[in-house]
Formats: sequence, structure tokens, C-alpha cells
Amino acid sequence: MAERYSSFTPGGTGWLLQRITAAFLVVVLAFHFFQLHFVTHAAEVTFAGTQARMENPGYFLAMVLFLITAAFHGVNGIYNALVNQGLSGTPKKVVLAILTLSGLALVAQGIYVAIVMAGGSIS
Amino acid sequence: MSQSYNRGLIEDFGRWKEFSAGMWAWIFHKFTGWMLIGYLFTHIAVLSTAIGAANGQMMMVGGEEVNVFTGTIQGLEGLFIVRVLEVGLLAVAVFHILNGVRLLMVDLGIGLESQDKSFYASLILTGAITVASVPTFLSGVGF
Repeated sequence: MAERYSSFTPGGTGWLLQRITAAFLVVVLAFHFFQLHFVTHAAEVTFAGTQARMENPGYFLAMVLFLITAAFHGVNGIYNALVNQGLSGTPKKVVLAILTLSGLALVAQGIYVAIVMAGGSIS
Repeated sequence: MSQSYNRGLIEDFGRWKEFSAGMWAWIFHKFTGWMLIGYLFTHIAVLSTAIGAANGQMMMVGGEEVNVFTGTIQGLEGLFIVRVLEVGLLAVAVFHILNGVRLLMVDLGIGLESQDKSFYASLILTGAITVASVPTFLSGVGF
């Protein structure tokens, strides 16, 4: 059996990425909650207000990165929790496929919505 | 000189009476994680009404015609139960953040000997932030 000289097993990469996305999410999630509950109250959110925020390139980019990292962190977290719980063999592969597709669909839909909010159109 | 011993299935929730602080932190982190990813899917679904709004779809809210995005969000925010659920979401998110920071420190080997104390600190701080946020979250529907 060939020896591996990396500290990271394939599972270890998932572990590292989970920590990196966590560090990013701590900051952006706190900002998001503060922005949309304390600066602008959620009950006062309007389409016009959302458009104004999303037309700012920095805000738009932050929200899209927020979506991608949150979707990855969540899906990767669920996958690892299930593997930790004893998931293996074919069910493990099926779960991984379903979670990957769900995550990609979520990111695709979210980016589409973000572009629409920023005044762009796809169709 | 390493010894191995059978510690049973750690992930056996039936052993909850044996759980220590670290185990509860692990359980709560999983539980709040499941809730947050579930919410993310719901959140994007609600925000998708922006597509309709951009195409000029309107709806009635309180006898007033507004675009479907504004109407959906303000309709939801007008419900007391939604506000209560939002306070719950804040509690879940704050705990996940604070315990996540605790986990990052554990991973880096910082303060390992007080990992149980930092779990209790996460719980207390979550409670305090949640209680302090109640007036803001319930404004207009009871406060």
C-alpha cells in the first residue's frame, strides 16, 4: 500500500474547509443579523431597499460569498455528522450525491435571486 | 504503550444521562447546525419572490397593493409566530457561532483545560444576547 505523506486525508480536507468557512461565516452572519434586524428592521424590508443594498458591488459580493460558504458549511456539516453516526457504503455515496446536488441547487437559485435583486436578468 | 478500550458507541443518544459538558456542546452544535441549514433553504425560497417582484407581480397586504417580495416579507413579519421563530433562530445562530469559536480554539489547542467552562459561557452569553434582542425582534407585534 502506497504511503501518503499528507496530513490531510480526503476527509481531512473537508475538516479544514469546514474551519475556514466557519471563520468567514462568524463575521458575515453576525453582520447579516445586525444589518437586517437592528439597522433595518426585518419588518421594514422592501424590494426597493433590497435592490438598493444589492446594487452595491461589495455588498452583493459579500452576500454571494456568504451563500456559497454557508451552503458548503451546512451540507459538509450534515455529511460529516452522518458519517460520524456510522453512515457507510452505498448509502454514504447516495447521501453525498443528494447533499451535493441540493447544495449546488441552493447556490444556483440563490445567485439567480441575487442577480435579479441587483437589477440584472438572466432570462 | 497505548491502550485501547471499548468506550461504546459515542454517538448513542440513549446515553444522554452520561453526557458531560463537551458532549452536550457536541449535541447542541449538531442540532443548531441542522436548524440553520434547514432555515437557509427556506430563506432562499422566500427571497425568491424577488424574481416575481422584478417581473411586476403584485399582491394585496392589509388592503394595499404591493410587490410580491415586499408583500411576502411584510406579511410574514406581521405574524407573531414568525417573530417568535426569529428569536429562536437568533438563539440558535448565536449559540452555533459562539460554540463554533470555542471549537476553533479547541482545534488550535487554546484553553483545552477550560473547554467545559467555555461551553457554559457560550450558553450564558447566548441566553443574554437572545433576551436582549427580544424587544427589537417583537417590535410592532406586541412590544
